[in-house]
Amino acid sequence: MEANDPIVKFTALRKRYGGGPLVLDDINLSLHPGDFASFIGPSGCGKSTVLKLVSGLSPGTSGEVVVAGTTPRRARDRQAFIFQDATLLPWLTTQHNVELPLRLRGRPTEERRATARRMLSLVGLAAEGKYYPRQLSGGMKMRVSIARALTLAPQLLLLDEPFGALDEMTRNRLNEELLSLRTQSPFTAMFVTHSVSEAVFLSNRIIVMAANPGRFHAEVPVDFGYPRRAQLRERPEFQAKVNEVSRLLHQVEPSAIA
Amino acid sequence: MKKVRPILLWTLPVVTGLLLAAIWYGIRATSGLTSWIMPTPLEIMAAAWKERPRLVEAAGNTALGALGGFLLAAALGFAISMVLGASRLMRASLYPWLLVLQMTPVIVLTPVIVLWAGPGMPGIITVTFLISFFPIVANMTQGLLSADMNHVALFRMCNASRVQEMLLLRVPSAMPFFLAGLRIAATLAPIGAIFGEYMVGNAAGGSGGLGFLVYSYNTQIKIPALFATALTSCLLGFVFVAAVSLLNWAVLHKWHDSFERHDH
Repeated sequence: MEANDPIVKFTALRKRYGGGPLVLDDINLSLHPGDFASFIGPSGCGKSTVLKLVSGLSPGTSGEVVVAGTTPRRARDRQAFIFQDATLLPWLTTQHNVELPLRLRGRPTEERRATARRMLSLVGLAAEGKYYPRQLSGGMKMRVSIARALTLAPQLLLLDEPFGALDEMTRNRLNEELLSLRTQSPFTAMFVTHSVSEAVFLSNRIIVMAANPGRFHAEVPVDFGYPRRAQLRERPEFQAKVNEVSRLLHQVEPSAIA
Repeated sequence: MKKVRPILLWTLPVVTGLLLAAIWYGIRATSGLTSWIMPTPLEIMAAAWKERPRLVEAAGNTALGALGGFLLAAALGFAISMVLGASRLMRASLYPWLLVLQMTPVIVLTPVIVLWAGPGMPGIITVTFLISFFPIVANMTQGLLSADMNHVALFRMCNASRVQEMLLLRVPSAMPFFLAGLRIAATLAPIGAIFGEYMVGNAAGGSGGLGFLVYSYNTQIKIPALFATALTSCLLGFVFVAAVSLLNWAVLHKWHDSFERHDH
């Protein structure tokens, strides 16, 4: 793979589940290493399906998805998925949850422990290793989930509305932490969200999707550069970008009250 | 759940028991039934005290048979569930036949059990096993199939093998189901053992268990002693259920929501 090759490439992709209606129609997309792409749109527009196609959890109906120069399934070693809820195994401690991907790949115990400890301190939970998930708050659980995803130093991180269930303050803080983690573990991100300001804060590209069938409606570049600080949210150009994306969303769901 | 004051958890069952005893005495007093047809709770206690050496010895023998059948049911139930949980084809091939086995009245099988497993303890353990293993299989299989779909996706994303998915994901998430099955089996095991003793155990002779005492007291028309046997068997059942509750606590209290404290 050349440095300039896309890490994710969709070509004329269509997707339907079984004999059902078209979920995604004619999706074309090239993501390059370092991109942080957010996908936003009304429910039923297939944004989560885009992630499933990249992860190989669900195959396309026609067209092609290439990930890191190979098929989505073969590229699984280079990607990690962060789900809508933290999906921690409740019977494992925080430490063991973070170790899980390494354990499933048969890495030696010492390496597992050391990596998991490093990842936990990266997300500020060095002291919580012995806790069980039910003892953690929603925000902490999501941090553990992020730590777990980063144990294998993935090139590509797929995030399916990871902060949707959190309060706004926690969500903002985790947005900032997620961006700063990229300096330690530089990953390309595909991020599904319902929040316009979250998308603007995180991404360099925002893809606005429409439903019935799911398709790309418009792409908005966000050229604030990185690193980004919390104060970015207060700047007028940030608000202008939020307005621009919101207007595009109104085009695809005119009846919605936003 | 609404919080119940701990004192009520102990006193309410006692109050219910006293009420039932009062009704019992009422029926006895108004119906004119005699002591050997409908003994009062106190007469049953007296009979239990009088027969205590035989009851204790019999309870010990029954406990042994019940424990043997219960452990066999737990082990085989666990193993069969893993086979059923691993593949849809296995489920399709085996599950209907497990149902057939469960629906066959054990009483029909008792002569065959005596012939195949042998009289005495082997037969008793077989009967106990047959009676108590289905709830374990049914619950555990359901548990294996009920693993969180996102957890399954997580394992797939990590390229986990089928064996890893079974042992590290499906089995742990099925533990609450397995333990629920064990709890039902724990109430059935002493009943199964007594039934086994009654049907297949007597052929072995010897002192026998509670099932033998049922037979013996029945033929001697010692009705209060018969009730005392039932009481003993209930106590045995409570011991089994308590043991499973302890196991349940040991396995689940650290992580399962059913042990969530409500003080935060």
